[in-house]
Amino acid sequence: MVQEYIPSEKELTEEETKLHDVRGSYDEQYGFHMPENYNFKSEKGLTEDMVRKISAMKNEPQWMTDLRVEAYHIFEEKPTPQWGGGGMLDEIDYADIHYFVRASDKQGRDWDEVPPEIKETFDRLGIPEAEAKFLQGVSAQYESEVVYHSIRKDLEEKGVLFTDMDSALRDHPELVKEYFGTIIPSDDNKFAALNTAVWSGGSFIYVPPGVEVQMPLQAYFRINTESMGQFERTLILVDEGAYVHYVEGCTAPTYSRDSLHSAVVEIVVKEGGRCRYTTIQNWSNNVYNLVTKRAAAYKNATMEWVDGNLGSKLTMKYPAVLLMEEGAHGEVLSIAFAGKGQHQDAGAKITHLAPNTTSQIISKSIGKDGGRGSYRGLLKIVDGADNSKSNVVCDALLLDDESRSDTYPYIEIDAKKVTMGHEASVSKVGEEQMFYAMSRGLNEAEANAMIVNGFLEPLVKELPMEYAMEMNRLIQIQLEGSIG
Amino acid sequence: MGAKIEIKNLHAVVEEQPETPILRGVNLTVNQGEIHALMGPNGSGKSTLANVLAGNPAYEVTEGEISFNDEDLLEMDPDERSREGIFLAFQYPVSIPGVTVANFLRQAINARMKAEDPESKGISIPKFRRMMKEKMDYLGMDHKFAGRYLNEGFSGGEKKRAEVLQMAVLEPKFAIMDETDSGLDIDALRTVAEGVNKLVGPELGVMVITHYQRILDYIKPDYVHIMFEGRIVESGGPDLALKLEQEGYDWIREKYGEPVAE
Repeated sequence: MVQEYIPSEKELTEEETKLHDVRGSYDEQYGFHMPENYNFKSEKGLTEDMVRKISAMKNEPQWMTDLRVEAYHIFEEKPTPQWGGGGMLDEIDYADIHYFVRASDKQGRDWDEVPPEIKETFDRLGIPEAEAKFLQGVSAQYESEVVYHSIRKDLEEKGVLFTDMDSALRDHPELVKEYFGTIIPSDDNKFAALNTAVWSGGSFIYVPPGVEVQMPLQAYFRINTESMGQFERTLILVDEGAYVHYVEGCTAPTYSRDSLHSAVVEIVVKEGGRCRYTTIQNWSNNVYNLVTKRAAAYKNATMEWVDGNLGSKLTMKYPAVLLMEEGAHGEVLSIAFAGKGQHQDAGAKITHLAPNTTSQIISKSIGKDGGRGSYRGLLKIVDGADNSKSNVVCDALLLDDESRSDTYPYIEIDAKKVTMGHEASVSKVGEEQMFYAMSRGLNEAEANAMIVNGFLEPLVKELPMEYAMEMNRLIQIQLEGSIG
Repeated sequence: MGAKIEIKNLHAVVEEQPETPILRGVNLTVNQGEIHALMGPNGSGKSTLANVLAGNPAYEVTEGEISFNDEDLLEMDPDERSREGIFLAFQYPVSIPGVTVANFLRQAINARMKAEDPESKGISIPKFRRMMKEKMDYLGMDHKFAGRYLNEGFSGGEKKRAEVLQMAVLEPKFAIMDETDSGLDIDALRTVAEGVNKLVGPELGVMVITHYQRILDYIKPDYVHIMFEGRIVESGGPDLALKLEQEGYDWIREKYGEPVAE
């Protein structure tokens, strides 16, 4: 795709940010931690009693308590997957984790109502600033629960619901009960079961028919305590002809002990609706990030996952789209950056369940300092889903000889007439490219950053400008190699 | 007195084959404002000299020196050399996917400004836009060119024109054109050469590396040198190029070495 002949001012401002804004390291910008003046912090370890206690503390209806307990037993029974993490999953010590931490006893609607050290955290992460500039709603989760929440009045008046999941269960029990666990049942996988057992926080969104939410709704997830388990649960319902763009970001302090983040995200997009879900995952390098995300797209609906994985120790995440009815379209754009000691096992799952459905997967991964990136994708076209079209492109860029990239594309096609393309490439930043850029005056770091940014450009330009800037900034931090 | 590049007794090898000397004692001085043509048969070391001048790490200097404005060029990394005013127009420019011509040049300019002043915010947006338009108009280039990913899917002629545009924007003191004529048809050659001619002047020293006389019909050299087996063996005026055009390189081979196996 060819851009404007000479970059517009907007693009160049972005460029400037890219080049000038990044000086601090992860530790300085995101890896800090705050004192804990907590309302409640569970003992380490997970038992049925703990699960019941969490449910009781939240005053939940009986059906939810039962669902949690059942899921807890599924979690206990299911073996740990032996694929993906290359044995790293076996190292998780479930007994060494705090499963529920309540940092504040109430949820602020105004930042002034948020406890000062928590407010300071989000100030440093730039959330209130972003909210004032370009968001229509913000949710901020600190440890296990959402401590701040806001939605613009005009959206509320149109009937858009944007709240945390705990409040949704209280205030909209019928909607939650109708959809909760229907896209991702408890026994889907071990970590979905774990999440269902101990979930807390997360977002609930409902967009009524025909309503288009023009600016993004954003949630920010922050872990502060050591050996923390964060298990947010998100449910997004996009009604007929409606549109929403939801963005999530996440960071944590750098600790020597591991934390666990295991979320479940369920999305339903009804006829003609469109949902875009953007993730900028920037966990510190001691966080296991094991997330299940799945959307069901109905007739002529569109679901787009934009998935940026920059942080964490191990990420296993394969955003999925079920193309339920004719004309549905699913898209996964994924960027993974694996630095020192990191393993990004990311990808996508798309299932064509109806004729004339289309999908696209574009995955770009970068490996540096021995980092390991894998693309793991499943493309399934069932019998009867004729005239479906799918295109898969996965490219990897390795910055040195120690880093590693693997591709695991699983393709199952049972339909008769389908069109599908698959391309994969692995390239290394060539000495020739480096010399070429340096012979024009760029130093080594600048040349490297330019080549990496160019590699990601086709994806980054899909993001709204603010997030494109954020993504470029985070990548620059990664390139500087100052993490951990 | 203007800038001057002085090459003395230069010996160099390719990193991968350190046993085989490619440059075997090159001596050459180019003053600002002069155009030198460097000719010679394949494998004589012309491109190696170009790469060594620009600091390509794939080559290693084993003996000799290069000074630029009385500074030791060999002590500098490629980016420092560029910032000092050396420019290499590549024979085979590589593509940089996802980076537009304009983006690339802006980063090159900003890198210069920041190397000089770490606090520099780089070139202002309006100034960069104005400058790009000016240079492209001067070279008669379509503005759309600036928005294309650098060298990605460019024709041979487009690649060479992109090199000339970079040269126009970076305003070097000394430019090495490494076989800028190779792979171009006569129309493309004329266009590229006209571009180079527009940049030639008292502020610029140029070394045109070529096999053939034809580019020298457009870019008129003050001096012509013939390179053979890693040395400059003949130097003269424009007549020397014409002599090569008429007689080929055989007389050079006969005079200076064993016939090279074809």
